[in-house]
Amino acid sequence: MAGDGGSQPQSNGAGELGPEPDRQIFRDELVAAGLLVLTGTDGLYGRSSVYEDIVNAVDNLAIRAAAAEGAIAYKFPPVMPREIFEQTGYLSSFPDMIGSISTFMGDNKDHLKLLAMAESGGDWTTMLVPAGVTLCPAVCHPLYPTLSGTMPQGGGHYNVSGWCFRHEPSVDPARMQAFRQHDLVYVGDAAGAREHRDRWLQLGLESLAGLGLLVESVVANDPFFGRVGRILANNQLEETLKYEIVSPIHSADYPTAIASANCHLDHFGLPFGIETASGEVAHSCCFGFGLDRITLALLRTHGTQPRDWPAATREQLWP
Amino acid sequence: MDEMIRAVLAEHGRLPVDVATIRDDDDLYQAGMTSHATVNVMLALEDELDVEFPESMLRKSTFESITSIRTALSELTGP
Repeated sequence: MAGDGGSQPQSNGAGELGPEPDRQIFRDELVAAGLLVLTGTDGLYGRSSVYEDIVNAVDNLAIRAAAAEGAIAYKFPPVMPREIFEQTGYLSSFPDMIGSISTFMGDNKDHLKLLAMAESGGDWTTMLVPAGVTLCPAVCHPLYPTLSGTMPQGGGHYNVSGWCFRHEPSVDPARMQAFRQHDLVYVGDAAGAREHRDRWLQLGLESLAGLGLLVESVVANDPFFGRVGRILANNQLEETLKYEIVSPIHSADYPTAIASANCHLDHFGLPFGIETASGEVAHSCCFGFGLDRITLALLRTHGTQPRDWPAATREQLWP
Repeated sequence: MDEMIRAVLAEHGRLPVDVATIRDDDDLYQAGMTSHATVNVMLALEDELDVEFPESMLRKSTFESITSIRTALSELTGP
């Protein structure tokens, strides 16, 4: 489904789990090391150049890994048209994470009211109206409407990187409201989508293990909203549509998803009118590297000074 | 009961075919019902009968045919 790396970390399964880790401890360490800067809102951080060097290195690692399949690379803004957002089904699945942009479209009189309201400590945002755009919740979403029509024989490979927003304020540095993903997408027939998922799950495990991270893949589900979301989540688990690559950031008992591989079936092919060369509704699949979360896993595993990291890790990141 | 189930499917199942042509044991997903339509069907059934599907029934297989929906509803409403 359309979550792409947003699901709750899965447990290791068998055996007694230890106590829930205090996820703020690591955030405090990152802030003390000057890697993250607090903004006053949980989940929104400034990043130091050291942190950004790691994010960029992981992004480039994904680009190099994807080069072999000749993927077309795109970047979209972190803001997308409201109509496209509606067609992705996000309203049904994750209404609690939506970011919709509003703006002021009043006249001079309304402006005075707006200012008066703000000065008196009132909720000035009640005077705003929807701007017709939403924040992008998953970097691959703006790609699908650009593919309306017929895919070439064998489908297409795409490489999309950028910012996402999900409204999940938390003290956990691995649960940011604004974060980056690098998605490797396939759009084509159903078999090709499964093949892409299985291949990238393996490649992802290898490349992340190659960075010295402790990783494993687990069957996962997206955190679909509400009771009705249970149907979608149970279905995702039963059909093993989504896998996550998890790594211990806070504790071994509660590892965090740092990448995910998600078969969407025809979830995007149908609303955006994408067909395979043989005229079937196209399936899609996305392998997403969670760039911020991989960066955090690296900092947790190897320490807060990248120059002191193991040579093998540094060679993979900065060849 | 079957008439009510068919009426709910017609209104909320977003099936590309006429519900009248679907037999009791036909697979509704193969007939074109999507996961999201399933959710609407579930909510409409709960509304009609004033029942609530328990967690254990919140899966696609509960809604995969008219027969399976009838079986689930019978369990909820009793004999």
